[in-house]
Amino acid sequence: MSKLTESTQELIIEGAGCASCVGKIETVLNNISGVENAQMNFALRMVSITGDVNAKVLINAIESIGYNAKSVSESSDNELIDEKEIADQKYYNSLIKQMWMALGLGIPLIVYGLAGGAMTADTSLARTVWLFIGVLCAAIMYFSGKHFYLGAWKSLVNHSANMDTLIALGTGTAWLYSMVVVLFPMVLPEMARHVYFEATAMIIGLINLGLALEVKARGKTSEAIKRLIGLQVKTARVVRDNKELDIAIEQVLLDDIVRVRPGEKVPVDGVVIQGNTAIDESMLTGEPMPIEKGKGDEIVAGTLNKSGSILFQATRIGKDTAIAHIINMVKKAQNSKPSIGRLADVISAYFVPVVMIIAILSALVWFNFGPDPVIAYAVVSATTVLIIACPCALGLATPMSVMVGVGKAAESGVLIRHGEALQTASKITAMILDKTGTITEGKPSVTDIIIADRNYSEQQILTLAGSIESNSEHPLAQAIVDSALAKNLVLENTSEFNAIAGYGVQAKLNNQQLIFGNQKLMLKNAIALNDFVARAQQLADSAKTPMYLAIDNKLVAIIAVSDPIKADSVAAIKRLQAKDIRVVMLTGDNRATANAVAQQVGIKEVFAEVLPEEKSNKVAELQAQGEIVGMTGDGINDAPALALANVGFAIGTGTDVAIESADITLMRGSLHGLADAIAVSKATLANIKQNLFGAFIYNVAGIPVAAGILYPFFGLMLNPVVAGAAMAFSSLTVVSNANRLRLFKPQ
Amino acid sequence: MLLINLTGLGLIILIIWWFWLYKPTATAVAVKSEKIDNKCSNEVTVVVDSGIYQPAHLLSPENKPLNINFIRKDSSSCAATVMFPDFDISAELPLNKLVKIQLPAMQQGEYVFHCQMKMYNGTLLVK
Repeated sequence: MSKLTESTQELIIEGAGCASCVGKIETVLNNISGVENAQMNFALRMVSITGDVNAKVLINAIESIGYNAKSVSESSDNELIDEKEIADQKYYNSLIKQMWMALGLGIPLIVYGLAGGAMTADTSLARTVWLFIGVLCAAIMYFSGKHFYLGAWKSLVNHSANMDTLIALGTGTAWLYSMVVVLFPMVLPEMARHVYFEATAMIIGLINLGLALEVKARGKTSEAIKRLIGLQVKTARVVRDNKELDIAIEQVLLDDIVRVRPGEKVPVDGVVIQGNTAIDESMLTGEPMPIEKGKGDEIVAGTLNKSGSILFQATRIGKDTAIAHIINMVKKAQNSKPSIGRLADVISAYFVPVVMIIAILSALVWFNFGPDPVIAYAVVSATTVLIIACPCALGLATPMSVMVGVGKAAESGVLIRHGEALQTASKITAMILDKTGTITEGKPSVTDIIIADRNYSEQQILTLAGSIESNSEHPLAQAIVDSALAKNLVLENTSEFNAIAGYGVQAKLNNQQLIFGNQKLMLKNAIALNDFVARAQQLADSAKTPMYLAIDNKLVAIIAVSDPIKADSVAAIKRLQAKDIRVVMLTGDNRATANAVAQQVGIKEVFAEVLPEEKSNKVAELQAQGEIVGMTGDGINDAPALALANVGFAIGTGTDVAIESADITLMRGSLHGLADAIAVSKATLANIKQNLFGAFIYNVAGIPVAAGILYPFFGLMLNPVVAGAAMAFSSLTVVSNANRLRLFKPQ
Repeated sequence: MLLINLTGLGLIILIIWWFWLYKPTATAVAVKSEKIDNKCSNEVTVVVDSGIYQPAHLLSPENKPLNINFIRKDSSSCAATVMFPDFDISAELPLNKLVKIQLPAMQQGEYVFHCQMKMYNGTLLVK
């Protein structure tokens, strides 16, 4: 891949086998015009080049003197996925080739043995033939199993041990013993002169096959992230100098005017400036219905323009787009481990040396207490123990399931921040739902104006309320302002504005003191409400929020605002309750309104009139009762409560979400996302448990059987080839079980 | 017979010492004058190849951020992810690509890094 260089770029050099190559490579690079300095690190086989030169020129120069070079510069996600697929395919092909080479020797030998052929080296002819086969086997070990032996050796000198160590020791022991049988038969008793070349070749072949199948299965576990990355387009049509140009996505600048035609994907985030269309956001939010978009509406990269041609202004590009953030978050979460995997981690750290010790102990037990030929039994038991043990199955159990589970959740518009959130979400016993914007649409509108002072008209009341509320950011305030503006009322400037959280607002307008808020605010200011309390109660009972307007400490009106309940809130809350989750509503609204809304959606417990700073206390209250608490809010005003909850859910509408503020972010506004998130978490945890159980049982049962524990009772001794097959397929089983999660559909 | 038994026991002791008791010396991190958040940071390159991290043991001064450049040359899918559990950092390592991991200024202690399956292991000693 050639790219124009930045100030420094790095190339990996292949084929540089001696220190003298360094000078040759540095010289050829330093002679290229534009290269300021080229320095090679021989240990890393990497060269750093400073200057302004095309990477292709540098690579060509290196190739011209007989070496290969590859760029290590950053690639885009799309390029990385393509390169990963190519690299995986190459690795798969080489493993399959290595497998066939090994099985090409192993299968005929094993068939010969099963057909009654002598696997012993009794005669000089037999020894000659077996010597030839032993050398052939050594060649197979080199060509098909070099990676095991090299990995084992490098790990060993590094004081660590891994799967390669076990395979290398197991196959190496079998081959060495067989060579002793062939070359120095006299050192062994006659009964023990059995060769195991077939075991060595078969084990290498089967393990390569297992690895190859695992590469394929692993590719499937990352399909969700591939799909997300695939949503990013490569080109965009921008309007520059009154001309529409198709340019690479990397060249789109902030504030560029971008054209998106029907059927095309939105290339970067932006705001529509011309045209109307319907945008399909299902790939990001899981919301199946296209969303109508017009002038002033935000659109995000990766979504699909369904109907009209639009022009929009780019507001976020490159790594700042919502899709780029989502991809990063999903990638990070997929690579994180929930605590359930910790025990497996601890075991993995000690596993290989412990298996090596068990293999030696097993061999010694057979050697001291076994039947004749003791040496052969000792070698077979040690080899089989080394080969059957599979640390990879244990290590893979958790990450593979997390990878698929997090990806599956992302497909339904549920972004899980880390593995721990996934684990805790599966155990939630109580869910607190914020009312405004979570259960309701969060788009309140004025429904009633009750005048208490006949000196004021409805329009005057709305003008005064709108003027004072235009200073506030509260959603109810916005409803009042929108209502006033919709009636073409002219709002006035106020002074001495003061917002009292949980109560309301006050300000001065034309030397009059305006107070606008709830009953508590009126009582605090000793404003007489008389029988208007009953009128307000009636409004509240019908799920409306009444607010009092007082001028110079005299009540002049009640304005009621209603926030419609989301169409699917009732069904989604039922799904949560069906999972035996205690659903509680939390709101700063008055008790009567809160109770009315709760009743409509089927919630029995309500925390009403809760001040913003008290929200986290309610979370703590439920936690003190022994509940594992999920808290769902808009992710901005509820930050402390979301942080304190065992799992914080931020609910977004469309893609306008604060994805940094919660453990789990629901990309669409529907509460069904909550039930989906919990269902996916439960399914993933169940999958992890199956994997861990399977891997534990496999090793706990397999190692003693390999050591020969069944022999005294049933005369059974495991064949090393069978152990090799079991080991090769144990990891594959874990990955395949994790892949089953891809088919999961939340109920 | 005694010789074989003693050899076996000797091997077990050797395994315990070699893998668990032996404390390898850390490779000093090469200091490079690069600024991260206005603080001078250290930088080191770790190559993932043939089943191990090279170097696998790093030494870094305390209270300094550290950049670790990973280059994976090992095709094995086990090597494709590196994790720093103490910092809640994990990264995918594409083949033959430089991946820079920025660690914050650290207090004295030993921090581990490993692949998802803990088969590739490394330690970062902060002194």
